[in-house]
Amino acid sequence: MPATPMKLTLGPLLYLWDTPAWRDFYFRIADEADVDCVVLGEVVCSKRQHFHQPVLGEVIERLASAGKQVRLASLALVTLDRELKSSRHLAEQDDFAVEVNELAAHGAMRGRPHAIGPLVNVYNGATARFLASSGATSICLPPELPAASIKAILRDAPGIAFEVFAFGRVPLAISARCAHARIKGFTKDNCHFVCGEDPDGLPVDTLDGQSFLTLNGVQTMSSTCQSMITDVLALRAMGVAALRLSPQVCDMVAVARLFRAVADEELDPLEGLDHLRSAYPNAQFSNGFIHDVPGHRLVTAAG
Amino acid sequence: MELICPAGTPASFRDAIDAGADAVYCGFRDETNARNFPGLNFSRDELAEAVSYAGGRGVKTLVAINTFMRAGNEQLWTRAIDDAAELGADAVILADLGLLAYAAERYPQLRRHLSVQAGAANADHIDFLVETFGIRRAVLPRVLTVAEVATISKRVKCETEVFVFGGLCVMEEGRCSLSSYATGKSPNMHGVCSPASHVRYRRDGTEMVSGLGEFTINRFPESEPAGYPTLCKGRFVAGGQSGYIFEDPASLDVLSQLHALEAAGVTALKIEGRQRGRAYISQVVTEIRKALGTLGGAPRTVTDGNALRKLSEGQRTTEGSYDKRWR
Amino acid sequence: MKLPRTILQLLKPIPVPVAQAIAAAALGAILRKHPKLFDRLGEHAAKTFAFAPTDIPFAFAVSPRRGTMTVARPGRILRADATISGPLVLLLALAEGRSDGDAEFFARELSIDGDMEAVLALRNALDDCGIDLPRDLAPSGGPFRRPVETSLQALRTLLSGGNRKWS
Repeated sequence: MPATPMKLTLGPLLYLWDTPAWRDFYFRIADEADVDCVVLGEVVCSKRQHFHQPVLGEVIERLASAGKQVRLASLALVTLDRELKSSRHLAEQDDFAVEVNELAAHGAMRGRPHAIGPLVNVYNGATARFLASSGATSICLPPELPAASIKAILRDAPGIAFEVFAFGRVPLAISARCAHARIKGFTKDNCHFVCGEDPDGLPVDTLDGQSFLTLNGVQTMSSTCQSMITDVLALRAMGVAALRLSPQVCDMVAVARLFRAVADEELDPLEGLDHLRSAYPNAQFSNGFIHDVPGHRLVTAAG
Repeated sequence: MELICPAGTPASFRDAIDAGADAVYCGFRDETNARNFPGLNFSRDELAEAVSYAGGRGVKTLVAINTFMRAGNEQLWTRAIDDAAELGADAVILADLGLLAYAAERYPQLRRHLSVQAGAANADHIDFLVETFGIRRAVLPRVLTVAEVATISKRVKCETEVFVFGGLCVMEEGRCSLSSYATGKSPNMHGVCSPASHVRYRRDGTEMVSGLGEFTINRFPESEPAGYPTLCKGRFVAGGQSGYIFEDPASLDVLSQLHALEAAGVTALKIEGRQRGRAYISQVVTEIRKALGTLGGAPRTVTDGNALRKLSEGQRTTEGSYDKRWR
Repeated sequence: MKLPRTILQLLKPIPVPVAQAIAAAALGAILRKHPKLFDRLGEHAAKTFAFAPTDIPFAFAVSPRRGTMTVARPGRILRADATISGPLVLLLALAEGRSDGDAEFFARELSIDGDMEAVLALRNALDDCGIDLPRDLAPSGGPFRRPVETSLQALRTLLSGGNRKWS
């Protein structure tokens, strides 16, 4: 067993869920999920921010009293004054840990300790060291990094807790344009929050019927669900400190349990993958990025 | 406003200058720039010649080193900075924080422009980098309206540059892994998007089918203008509808907004297209130079929209995010 | 962009071996004058490119590294890594970098099959090296240089309908 066991972080819920569903999800996480840290907050679209504000306080309290570390995430794409203000406000408060998803928020932390989310481009040790010099204490690496890069970054930037995006649909891109609203006949400015109709995203298929992508408001995600459950031991050997699990419409408590069991070597990774299929029955899993092949592919020792 | 023109080869570099560029941007023949395409870009000798050709005509040479250093291979990127500085580039265009730190420390006198690939979409982001790395100019991502461009340009402590014509990223630049998801080749790490090595065309009955890796990106009925299978400009099916879900195959054209961009305080206008041929470069630079010439007095810009449209993807143009309704 | 009927009538009776000899000589002249082509083509210089004009009774397969040119009647299968087809005038204009390949492709004037990366490398290499067919194909010295160059220029003007740019 390694000296420090791997930690599990529940990433921010990237989809728009209605308020009761959102609250109940986090209550269950607080009560049942074996995760060390929970990242809360709207990352994808500032228009959604007001939905969870009314219940945020009670969710934070429930998570904290269950012994979970709580981080508040900043928006990924900040263009409007209103968005900039909300990022500054987040950076200036002292009550909760912060995870930044773009550099305005990072700068606004003014060197105070904070986490870096997976949507900040950290492709090398020099970048990680620079971010650490201006306050970053943990970094969730971009999902598209191959193992060779992860290894080199960890070697070149000691003293930072690195996290890897281990489960969930991969956030691949973000746009000023809302494809999700457009497909349903609305514009971004008058979107009627139609992305909320698809709590697990809206599938995008090719004209030949292949599953390809998933729409989540202004964000485009993979159609496959990233699963690094068969790579957990390799990541641990590299010195990765934490695994990020990104919420999907599936049994996230079971997902956390499976990753924990594999990380603690209590469950065979391939068996873990099988169980993962039961926890998220309709998902197709992939882990191509870390194996330096197209991200949509699944590479396991079993082939 | 300065006119910043693309060049993928020495010949198009000279053509851009002869057509009226104030500055030309180009890159080395490797993954250090975001147009790492076969047969394109500059050797060290070619860049030296280009810098001297440009310098003799009062034109600036900007070297794009705007991909992200691949961990373990950083020397490829730092050497590109060393060489650009040594060969007399007027500025380097950078996106990677580690590389910005290297350039600022080693070559403080070398102008640093923030690449569009840095995805700096607000004033705080840009000013943080101005204060930290002495950025002199930021190229703004194509996610902003003209009003937002104005707000940023007025507030930041450096110059701003915006794209006015050419290929259009639908997604925020530098934060898109669609290509590596489909092909394993990434814009950020390899300098390619929807790479030719993974493109296949096949005929299916009367239709032409374009594919990228294992995915079908589009089907063109006979006689419909075709497009290169750029991922975000493909035809897909979602929510029971099929069509161009992200964007039509179209190019950006905001020449009708030149007055507004000038009033916004923008320093430089950029043309996309280092991967395009000399014919494109000469024609586009000439037309836009003409349009800029009319800015002083005439109330509206007159350009040959038709000539430029023929050079566009799908032979269509859009104002993209600059027009609020596009969103 | 349509080829004049007279030109077509002149081309039709030319036997394949004759066409092949002429085309091979032209290729040789161009490769000698533009060694930088190889530098830009890189690994793709070893590949075989087929050009299939849609309006003349010949198709061509070129391998730059080996300097070989094969000519065949249309429809006969030429072994190639990549095939580019379109009107002759357009293919010539592309060779001279005078027409924008992307634009022609967007307009469905050109069609491309096979190794796209090789085609892209070829396009970029041709675009940079500034081929001028009348100048490059005229004998480099002697009494025939001027007349050959002038007649080829006249032919280019004729084919491109008065526009010096072929298209």
